Amino acid sequence: MNQALTIFRKEFRDYFISPVGYIVVCIFLLVTGWFFFTTFFLFSEANLRSFFNLLPLTFSLVIPAVTMKLFAEEIHTGSYEMLLTLPVTHNDVVAGKFLASASFVAVMLAPTLLYAASVAFIGRLDWGPVLGGYLGAVLMGAAFSAIGVFASSITRNQIVACIVGMVICFGLTLFDKMVFFFPGKIVEVSTYLAAATHFENISKGIIDTRDLLYFASVVFLFLYGSNVVMQARK
Amino acid sequence: MIHVENLTRYYGDFCAVDNIDLDVRKGEITGLLGPNGAGKTTTLRMLTGYLAPTSGTISIKDYSIDDDLLEIKKLIGYLPESAPLYHNMLVYDYLDYIADIRGLSKGRKEERIQELADLCDLRAIMHRPIGELSKGLRQRVGLAHAMIEDPEILILDEPTSGLDPNQIAEIRDIIRHFGKEKTVILSTHILSEAEATCDRIVIIDKGRIVADGSTEALEQESTAQEKIITVALLKADFASASMRFRLLPGVTGIELVESADPEVLKLKISADGRDNLREMIYSCIKETDWVLLELAKETKSLENIFRELTKEG
Repeated sequence: MNQALTIFRKEFRDYFISPVGYIVVCIFLLVTGWFFFTTFFLFSEANLRSFFNLLPLTFSLVIPAVTMKLFAEEIHTGSYEMLLTLPVTHNDVVAGKFLASASFVAVMLAPTLLYAASVAFIGRLDWGPVLGGYLGAVLMGAAFSAIGVFASSITRNQIVACIVGMVICFGLTLFDKMVFFFPGKIVEVSTYLAAATHFENISKGIIDTRDLLYFASVVFLFLYGSNVVMQARK
Repeated sequence: MIHVENLTRYYGDFCAVDNIDLDVRKGEITGLLGPNGAGKTTTLRMLTGYLAPTSGTISIKDYSIDDDLLEIKKLIGYLPESAPLYHNMLVYDYLDYIADIRGLSKGRKEERIQELADLCDLRAIMHRPIGELSKGLRQRVGLAHAMIEDPEILILDEPTSGLDPNQIAEIRDIIRHFGKEKTVILSTHILSEAEATCDRIVIIDKGRIVADGSTEALEQESTAQEKIITVALLKADFASASMRFRLLPGVTGIELVESADPEVLKLKISADGRDNLREMIYSCIKETDWVLLELAKETKSLENIFRELTKEG
């Protein structure tokens, strides 16, 4: 456990040592800020809905770029060997790296609170959905981080890791919208599997254990998958 | 200390390590010697738990690698080939991080980092990023990394490859200093390296152990079987000399050696292990009017042994 925390601290600090972290944050804030404020004054409604509606897509794009280096870089440079021959378990490594990327996503999200603050300044903001939205965003960020960690563990190439991560994240975000012409049962299942549905529920301010369970199981599933991949590497 | 039995590892269809048995005692510096691709790195990786054996058992102290991997990792300090460390970290931060992962207390950590800074001569580079260091410096940081917890066993994969002679000497000193009380296993494909550093040499070829013993034992064993004696003579010609020597018992071959001085006849006489061959050669020469300039027994160097054991086919 201590080992996991040590790895977490190191990986988290790494995000702020390299310029990549800052670049990703800038891109994220530019994209979300642009899409939010260009439409904001057209609707003249004091809420953050357009920001949260777009978040599953922006996260699908940005989070794999945050997580791509976690394993792929270590496998590529060989430091993976050095890390695994230290007295750590696979779970320590996976947990440490996952926590670091999820925390970085939370940090990346923090400046967007300024959007909320500026909306509250010019109109009457209903804080309920906003808080729900941020809770949902953190959960979805964690789930996508777990996906990214998994994508990074299967390859030594960061680009491949990033693209695989994006494909899985986009899939989870979009595929309920692509199966509308299938029979009802399939639509129901795919709606349940889609990350966006659960995120929307929470961001409306409805906190249902089913949605929480969904994100928790995505995290568990992909972290477990990373562990299996590490085992197979031996 | 380390007990390995029937260790085998396949990569797909390729057998990298084939049924190796090995016992390493405490306080021994063991060198795994072999040509490239012989299975040295794979063996070391299995000892450190990085790779799982296809079959066979490894036990270190009383721990088995299948059940107590974490305990075994605590005993071992390992430096992989070419020291793959985190290039973006400062040397001090890196050692600090490794000490944290290994669970050293704060006081002990400071103490060890200071000790290793002296031992591996890192003081001047403590606050430089690892990625900016030269290969030799990085290797020293890697050694410090492996020794941070003062482990009982130190495993080094090609610790001196790609370094210049001065750097090699430095690394060797550090290893020998450490190996006085602790167990060290290192791999190398350079013979002089193994000869200079190791108490015991295990030669591996194509995944198998082909020789195992102390440096002296390996040399003696092979010289016992065959002897080569060089003779340099004045006033002699090859035809009559070889005719005389060929009559001596045990002589299996005579070879002419190029010499710088045309007056001097230089011969290499090979024979199967008779102890008094030089005496016989001397008395043989005494009967003629040749002048004896040189008479020497050539011991087979480790290099010859190595080549013989690992040559193709």
